[in-house]
Amino acid sequence: MNKYKDILKDNLWDDNPVFVQILGICSTLAVTNNLTNTLIMSISVVFVAGLTNFSVASIKHFIPGKVRMIIQTLIISFFVIIVDLLLRAFLPDISKSLGPYVGLIITNCIIMGRAEAFARSNKPLISLWDGFTTGIGYMWVLMAIAFIRELFGFGSLFGIQIMPEGFKTWTIMIMAPSAFFILGGVIWIINNIKLSKESSK
Amino acid sequence: MAPDINPLVLLLASILTSNILLANFLGLCSFISISKDMDSANGLGMSVTAVLTITTAINWVVYRYILIPFDLLYLRFIVFIIIIAATVQVLEMVIDRFSPALYMALGIFLPLITVNCAILGVALFMEIRGYSFLQSIVFAFGSGLGWWLAIVSLAAIQKKVLKAPVPEGLKGAGITLITIGFMAMAFIGFSGMLIVQ
Repeated sequence: MNKYKDILKDNLWDDNPVFVQILGICSTLAVTNNLTNTLIMSISVVFVAGLTNFSVASIKHFIPGKVRMIIQTLIISFFVIIVDLLLRAFLPDISKSLGPYVGLIITNCIIMGRAEAFARSNKPLISLWDGFTTGIGYMWVLMAIAFIRELFGFGSLFGIQIMPEGFKTWTIMIMAPSAFFILGGVIWIINNIKLSKESSK
Repeated sequence: MAPDINPLVLLLASILTSNILLANFLGLCSFISISKDMDSANGLGMSVTAVLTITTAINWVVYRYILIPFDLLYLRFIVFIIIIAATVQVLEMVIDRFSPALYMALGIFLPLITVNCAILGVALFMEIRGYSFLQSIVFAFGSGLGWWLAIVSLAAIQKKVLKAPVPEGLKGAGITLITIGFMAMAFIGFSGMLIVQ
């Protein structure tokens, strides 16, 4: 059981995909001006990352080394197509506002990264866990960014007005630069926490 | 139906106002990891531009003449990514055969491009916006140039940043992201010129 706990801690904090490895931020950063979209996008990433890891770990003995990249890409595309079809069927509005970004989960390097680094050398169940927790480690950072951007950019959270009537929204928060600034800031804060922990040891 | 946008306007828009990287966040991973030195940035920018233009042309034809008539739209993600991977592979062999020097220079960057989300992103944008063949190619070429411009500018800025007294916790990715943020702000300044969605 301990192993599962370690993986969880690694993926959520010590080896977080976003602020330690700086991987796969493209497609998700684009939708962080809105909490609902970010939530749906990151749940999709959790789903795809978990199941891809599970599948790669299950069939790893049948995949020849030379073509493994293309097979992994196909597995990822398969799950992304499922996500895309589900969103179209059940959440058509969100699917529309996410636009091409759902499809771009295929090129999210974190998913291929976990498949290569973890699933190829581990058992299916623990790989599933690794994929899920990596996705969740990814989710909480992006949700934090989306929280700040939506709160100040639109004065709302999940589309519900939070800020008082007279609040002047910060236009920059809706636009692209703020995502870079906030992610940079988040990395700065987290590095400082880590540095101060190390120095106090 | 194809929107009525002059290709020249589309070219300028995709380079400046709706820069694929700074406005649409595509191709960030390789952007952040490669942008430390000018030569690599240049090589990667050039490869991305070439691959983008070629794959978008192929993807458009396949999309219009195979996927639509046979009602296979739900397969488009897989088809696009396979075409991209295959094109990169073929391109690698062709370059190796005809220009070993260029192959040596680009070698390591070519395979990386397959997973560059900008390439798939442009294919998906062209599909969603319903661009015509000419529009798609111009859009792809412009996006490539825009990405190239952005990575070369960042590499140039990084040269100075590496020597600057940056706070310990902000070193590395943190300062790079904030630099990209400032670049994105600068590029927003172009948006008064033209807007294309």
